[in-house]
Amino acid sequence: MTAMSYRESIRAAIADAMREDDTVIVMGEDQRGGKGGINPDPTIEAFGGVMGVTKGLWTEFGDARVIDTPITESAIMGMAAGAAATGLRPVAELMFMDFFGVCYDLIWNQASKFRYMFGGKAKTPMVMRGIIGAGIGAAAQHSASPYNIFTATAGVKVVCPSNAYDARGLLLTSIRDDDPVIFCEHKALYDVKGEVPDEPYTIPLGVANYTRQGDDVTIVALANMVNVANRVADQLATEGISVEVVDPRTTSPLDEEGILESVAATGRVVIADESTARCGFGHDVAALIATNLFSELKAPIQLITPPHAPVPFSPALEREWLPSEAKVADAVRAVVGA
Amino acid sequence: MSAPTIEAASRDGYSRADLLAAYQRMSEIRAFEDRLHTENLTGDIPGFIHLYAGEEAIAVGVCDNLRRSDYIASTHRGHGHCLAKGCGIRPMMCEIFGKEEGLCRGKGGSMHIADLSVGMLGANGIVGGGPPLIIGAALSAKTLGTDGVGVSFTGDGGSNQGTTFEAMNMAVVLQLPAIFVFENNGMGEATAAAFAVGSHDIAGRAAAFGMPAVKVDGTDYFAVRAAAKEAIDRARAGGGPSAIEATSVRFYGHFEGDAGLYRTPEQLQEFKDTMDPLKIFRKNVADQIDAAELDAIDAAAAEEVDAAVAYARAAAWPDASEVTTDVYASY
Repeated sequence: MTAMSYRESIRAAIADAMREDDTVIVMGEDQRGGKGGINPDPTIEAFGGVMGVTKGLWTEFGDARVIDTPITESAIMGMAAGAAATGLRPVAELMFMDFFGVCYDLIWNQASKFRYMFGGKAKTPMVMRGIIGAGIGAAAQHSASPYNIFTATAGVKVVCPSNAYDARGLLLTSIRDDDPVIFCEHKALYDVKGEVPDEPYTIPLGVANYTRQGDDVTIVALANMVNVANRVADQLATEGISVEVVDPRTTSPLDEEGILESVAATGRVVIADESTARCGFGHDVAALIATNLFSELKAPIQLITPPHAPVPFSPALEREWLPSEAKVADAVRAVVGA
Repeated sequence: MSAPTIEAASRDGYSRADLLAAYQRMSEIRAFEDRLHTENLTGDIPGFIHLYAGEEAIAVGVCDNLRRSDYIASTHRGHGHCLAKGCGIRPMMCEIFGKEEGLCRGKGGSMHIADLSVGMLGANGIVGGGPPLIIGAALSAKTLGTDGVGVSFTGDGGSNQGTTFEAMNMAVVLQLPAIFVFENNGMGEATAAAFAVGSHDIAGRAAAFGMPAVKVDGTDYFAVRAAAKEAIDRARAGGGPSAIEATSVRFYGHFEGDAGLYRTPEQLQEFKDTMDPLKIFRKNVADQIDAAELDAIDAAAAEEVDAAVAYARAAAWPDASEVTTDVYASY
């Protein structure tokens, strides 16, 4: 085991996949960086992706497998989909997931529907990496967490790792998977370290992880909200409230059993979700629980989401926008009647 | 910037068998589309169909240069491309009728016919959907070190889409073996290219992205075939992408049911008299092939299409359980 950041862990998973399978390629803006520039040193990797995630891959794998592209999301995503359907396993980086709006057609109408429209004759093994999450003043077009939109899209899988260990294992699984996968990387987590095995490993999609075990109330949380929930659980333990935290890790497929089992045992649930105030991932989970466990609930479901507003810029406003530890803790206290 | 126009192409080097085979493919497309036009009036074909009659020389002229392992991406008006690339008449007809034996098990329909086993990457219900996909097929060929190519067919309407521009730029930047074929039939739905294509010059616009681009008479099989051969040979040899603007007209409406009020019956008749690629082909080969031989090909094509319609009508519907199969490879 090695202490590895979320960023390093994602890079390790891509390298794992590229070493084991020559058809795995990386593409996107600045995956190396510096192409066509004036620095006379031809070995410079100027960026390694906007967050430095892919740094080093070009040096190991070269131009043919680490492909820098113009910043044209539709062409990147379309090229990835077309390549996936014809023999490659592209890992496409589109930077901020807000930008998926630019190329939404290639996800929603093309890649996700190929297999079904073509009667099962196509497979489209591609991973679309994007950055989600508010909290660093990146404002309305660089901060959204639209995994709920893709969760509603039949034909794609959606992965939202909350820590370094999960990131590497889930990403290797995603690259090996024969379906299109949207891999959501929370920007607040890139520098957060965790213990990660030295050898490649996989984590199956659709299996929840209980990051805290408890008896009184369940918090269902995703991506960075898992870390918020963990801190709330630790804090409330000192108040005598025993909190279980369920991290579904993937929203599609969704480990419904893993969520329901915990809520059935505690009878109380708070859902902490950074997606949206309407038609969000949290609403999906709330409906799942209400339709299956209504009679076993000891209190109404509490749903903590951002308001129905874009992500604001000013730190004073962004703090208010985010589902905070204080809001989640208050919701937990409310459902246990404390 | 304007692109050169290919004038009449040589017919040297074509054997009698080549000529008969080319005519047969065009004749099959015509018979398929003419029959769908009348068949649609029965109300038994679900959804929308968009017919390719009038544009046969483009699909066949391009695809006659391709190998089975090369890929094409098509449009909503895709029947001609499918047939030219090797999709079967009967499984296509079953698909259009929504039957289980359809090429896509009845899940795609006319606008989503695909058969990756013959390099047909899909008709596409999204205008401008094909170009960004075909650069992916071209990237696969380049990365895997085959000398394969990818060809997208796009209409004059799709030529205006941002996805098309992005794909052309990407193909030039990465020097991909991609060919962008623009089928300028003069109309995007009911809006004329003369109105909607701001530069009135699709090939010229493609050339401005930094690739060789030519205009060609899309009603002339030989001209299309020659222009496509040059572009495809260049791509196979590592020379990067090219574009071809092929002009033609469509003989039917945008979709079946379109009253066609954007042109008069007299104008349409004139198109049929002067711009019919089958008639033009017949005239071009009149010194080599008897009309009776070509008539026999037409009759056989009509017969095959008749049989396919009868088969498709009698074929089984997909089982209701298939509504949730093949959403994912695994889930």
